Amino acid sequence: MATTRTRVSSFAPNLSSVKSSQHLGLKNGPNGATFISSGISDLDKILGGGFTLGSLVMIMEDAEAPHHMLLLRNFMSQGLLHRQPLLYSSPSKDPRGFLGTLPSPGSSKDDISREPSHEKDLRIAWQYKKYFSVPQLNINTNNGGQHDYCNDLDLRKPLERHFITSNNVDCVSIQNSQNLDVLKDRCAEFLAQFSRNEGGSSSAGRIAIQSFCSPQCKYSDMEWHMLSFIRSLKGMARSSNVVVVVTFPPSLLSPSCSKRLQHMADTLLSVRAIPDEDKELAKLLTGYQDMVGLLNVHKVARLNTQVPVILEATTFSIKLQKRKYLVFECLNQAPVDGSGGSSYGNYDGCSRSTKAVSLDF
Amino acid sequence: MEQQGLDLMDQALGFHSNKAQQQPWPLCGRFVLVEDCVDTSGAFVLHHILKRSFTSHPSSAVIFLAFANPINHYDRVLRKLGCNLASQRDTGRFFFLDMLMLQCPVEGEPNHDGLAAVFEKIERVINELSPENKKFVTVIVDDISCLELAANGSSNDVLDFLHYCYTLTSENGYALVALNHQDIYSDGERPAFKLEIEYLADILVKVDPLATGLAKDVHGQVMVLNKETQKQHGISSIKVNNFHFKIKENNTEYFYAGTRT
Repeated sequence: MATTRTRVSSFAPNLSSVKSSQHLGLKNGPNGATFISSGISDLDKILGGGFTLGSLVMIMEDAEAPHHMLLLRNFMSQGLLHRQPLLYSSPSKDPRGFLGTLPSPGSSKDDISREPSHEKDLRIAWQYKKYFSVPQLNINTNNGGQHDYCNDLDLRKPLERHFITSNNVDCVSIQNSQNLDVLKDRCAEFLAQFSRNEGGSSSAGRIAIQSFCSPQCKYSDMEWHMLSFIRSLKGMARSSNVVVVVTFPPSLLSPSCSKRLQHMADTLLSVRAIPDEDKELAKLLTGYQDMVGLLNVHKVARLNTQVPVILEATTFSIKLQKRKYLVFECLNQAPVDGSGGSSYGNYDGCSRSTKAVSLDF
Repeated sequence: MEQQGLDLMDQALGFHSNKAQQQPWPLCGRFVLVEDCVDTSGAFVLHHILKRSFTSHPSSAVIFLAFANPINHYDRVLRKLGCNLASQRDTGRFFFLDMLMLQCPVEGEPNHDGLAAVFEKIERVINELSPENKKFVTVIVDDISCLELAANGSSNDVLDFLHYCYTLTSENGYALVALNHQDIYSDGERPAFKLEIEYLADILVKVDPLATGLAKDVHGQVMVLNKETQKQHGISSIKVNNFHFKIKENNTEYFYAGTRT
């Protein structure tokens, strides 16, 4: 749209939201990908734009903490705000009840302070700046444009009723199903509306499947059945303009089943709880008291390309800013006490592969 | 075949410029198994071999069994690597068998021959090839773990299928290439499945992340184990190559550890 074009800074790369702003909430990316927002602007930045349409996002839950729900809530709410149809499935008896907990955009008075203000305070020595990758998409420069794509969602403020009661939302309970066929059919119907092949709607849709292999489901021991469900879901999603987010608890599955699911994911995230009052961690990390949990980014979707996405850091702390807004921050190690022994713990900013692979020289 | 640009991967797989005349396609009658894990994908090796298959000989054909990605994905990736799959398909040199939605019927139901049907399809495609394109055929499977899923976890069916394919390709001097996710089987209940396939393979390409973690300049390490390169005096040799790689849009760079150019 012409009006948006003039507001974009002239230094912004061409990959801005101009072309796709016909449909609210879509953004073009490299290799023909189109992104939709995850509802959390920090996560969009980490993933290089957002969730890719046609991709399968899997979130590995921590059985001890419900942090995956925070991610789901933001994802679902963002979609509803953009009038993107949503299909939600959960193992509870009444999934609709969960919709009442979806967050609403925060008031503009509490704008989350973003990097531009930080950069004034922290000046990075010029020769190190080259090691920091420039963010690909123009998200920061224009606040108005940013809110078109990703809202700052206030987790304490419920979403207005009219978003939830519209025909946009469909809920499926899988608690009493003997198997996943019902859910598979509902997903197939939903995905058919957004098929890229037969000129389906060119807007985007979202599917959120919560804890699909939780023990209260009757089929939770039918691992091959569950795997083939995810596989067919992935196949159908690939040729449609939908992002499918599935959360599952890997600790409740056999290791090979969990690995298969991880391989099938296009984008793979995991959330972990942080123990309260852990003195070791408190010494190791700054801001430990504010942290709610940890987010690990294992894989980022690479559709239509073979180049892997290597992130600067793969572990982030989950914090609730002002107790309302979900933010992800890079981990900062506290200054190391020179007299102490160990300095690098497991929660380092970089990911560490602990496998020892023998090399033959 | 291009004489220049024989990188470490080509050499490890057995491409030698001076032997190009005698045995145009060094993967003839051989089974290349590529293994990877969640942290580092080995799909780039498949793309590399796919591209080389077309340039190996003017009359080679490729049959691609895709269980993991649709054709648009491969089309875009290969186009950036300098290979046009669409035109190869039009000239009858590239056959894409889309198996994304293939699901074999569960045991107990009458039609228990899901994978047998796939094999028959491969045979049919080969038989229908024009004689010029029939000389060097490469069958590529992406990937075995998805194939196992499609077979409802029946690893015996998958092993049988691979044996059949291997027999078909080795007897006719064709090549078989497959990708497998080895970390699925390492802590699992059936490590024998992975070991059987590794045993069957003539060339094993293992892709792993660096032991020290992620890096922007080096995406991982590769170990290529090439069995029986030349059976001289009845002694079979095993060649092992280790090197690092960096994947780019238009090619993949291979270099020895520490020699990043």
